[in-house]
Amino acid sequence: MKDIAEIRADFPILGRKVYNKPLVYFDNGATTQKPQSVIDALTEVYTTYNSNIHRGVHYLSDTSSEAYEAAREKVRSFINAGRREEVVFTSGTTGSINGIAFSFGERYIKTGDEIIVSHLEHHANIVPWQMMCERKGAVLRVIPINDSGEIIFEEYLKILSKKTKLVSVTQVSNALGTILPINKIITAAHSVSVPVLIDGAQGIQHGMVDVKAMDCDFYVFSGHKIYGPNGIGVLYGKEKWLTELPPFQGGGDMVDKVTFEKTTYNALPFKFEAGTMNYPAAIGLGSALDYVTGIGRVDIAMREKELLAYATEKLSGIKGLKIYGNSASKISTISFLLDKIHQYDTGMILDKMGIAVRTGTHCAQPVMDHYGIGGTIRASICFYNTKEEIDSLAAGIEKVISMFE
Amino acid sequence: MTISEIQNSIIDEFSMFDDWMDKYNLLIDLGKELPVIDPKFKVKDFLIEGCQSKVWLHPEFDGKLITFTADSDAIITRGIVALLIKVLSGRTPEEILATDLYFIEKIGLRQNLSPTRSNGLLSMVRQMKLYAMAYQAQMSK
Repeated sequence: MKDIAEIRADFPILGRKVYNKPLVYFDNGATTQKPQSVIDALTEVYTTYNSNIHRGVHYLSDTSSEAYEAAREKVRSFINAGRREEVVFTSGTTGSINGIAFSFGERYIKTGDEIIVSHLEHHANIVPWQMMCERKGAVLRVIPINDSGEIIFEEYLKILSKKTKLVSVTQVSNALGTILPINKIITAAHSVSVPVLIDGAQGIQHGMVDVKAMDCDFYVFSGHKIYGPNGIGVLYGKEKWLTELPPFQGGGDMVDKVTFEKTTYNALPFKFEAGTMNYPAAIGLGSALDYVTGIGRVDIAMREKELLAYATEKLSGIKGLKIYGNSASKISTISFLLDKIHQYDTGMILDKMGIAVRTGTHCAQPVMDHYGIGGTIRASICFYNTKEEIDSLAAGIEKVISMFE
Repeated sequence: MTISEIQNSIIDEFSMFDDWMDKYNLLIDLGKELPVIDPKFKVKDFLIEGCQSKVWLHPEFDGKLITFTADSDAIITRGIVALLIKVLSGRTPEEILATDLYFIEKIGLRQNLSPTRSNGLLSMVRQMKLYAMAYQAQMSK
């Protein structure tokens, strides 16, 4: 693996100052910073071959379309999907889940059917299902969690039934960092012929993802959380499902033949890609995946594990600090609160020290409700962070405590 | 003192500090000094919910002046609430409606009243003006 100074040099923003202090960026769970290679890829599109994809007969459009399809192949290979037809570009994780919730609902859901999510979900994996349930008269069931922030697997088995039509769970809790036992979840669902959607928004960037080995039916993630551009996401779906499901958006490029009487749809994956796609961002995502592969996904996971252990030890040593989410199986995210100090106050003071953390409910209000708290401070660490930055965070927290004493 | 004089005195007070930590310490102290809202008003009807922090605001109108009491669950927000109360409480509806809150910008707290910071403060200012508008309408009847 490259040494840390070299890695940090790849990300221009990490060298900047905030309020005249070196930036300490611990908000990677919200969005990650971009390496120069990704920024360059975007610039290259716009400066040398920008042209709408799959449309023109001209040179630029061909170049652009080829680069876009090459990016799709990079995604396919990165998640080890069987075929490129199974990889659909979307606007992001939220777009992917909304799309599937709509199409799956239209195709398969009837009154009284059930969808299972977990108590750890981001709102993006709750609300689209609620909307669909409301439309179809279906019921949303929730896998409960324990105080360590882990799902209670036996309870999942209890609610999994003949009525269940789909299980949609996150790979990793965005609020607490817990890694869910998705292999077990998928196996159990498949044993009763229920398909599973995995929300990989917080999982894809922290280790290996192999959709074939996992055998999930759908896998979704966002480009901007894996060092790629904003506005691009991925919906992987097994060919069987994508073939059966109706499109979730109509428009240009997703059609085969259009008459006012009837329209037939284009082949996969284009059936799900209506309108002008964000091809520059897709190409940028391809470049981000190249970057991550170049650094080494196993190395990234190992380095993050080390940073998590260091940060957990360092923060646990602070009097009055309580960590929420104590599973043994976690990514490098630490959610915490300080005794008698509001998370917003903590975040505001840390900000003035150049430390970027997220405060609040992290779009996961049910998780906060489980603990009876109004929110937490979340430090989401990734491989380009350093132990020195964790030391700065710890010192910052001590300073906060001294100010509010 | 006029509303402008109070705003200017707040600007003077904050201008003594160059360091952010000192400014925040002052806000924390102001938050602690804030006359506490009557607990019976710390209910949903008077709650302004932000995603980051909550604010409770209660108005009282004696036919001439509006007196506001308020509170927040976050101390720095509470400090800013205290400043807003200092400036806008005990004023006529006309005065409140005509006030341009320039001190916020001058003391470097503009971010805290931006719509992107869902901390309840921007809604609090709006709510204060709405109360003023309502009492004004009530008087003109």
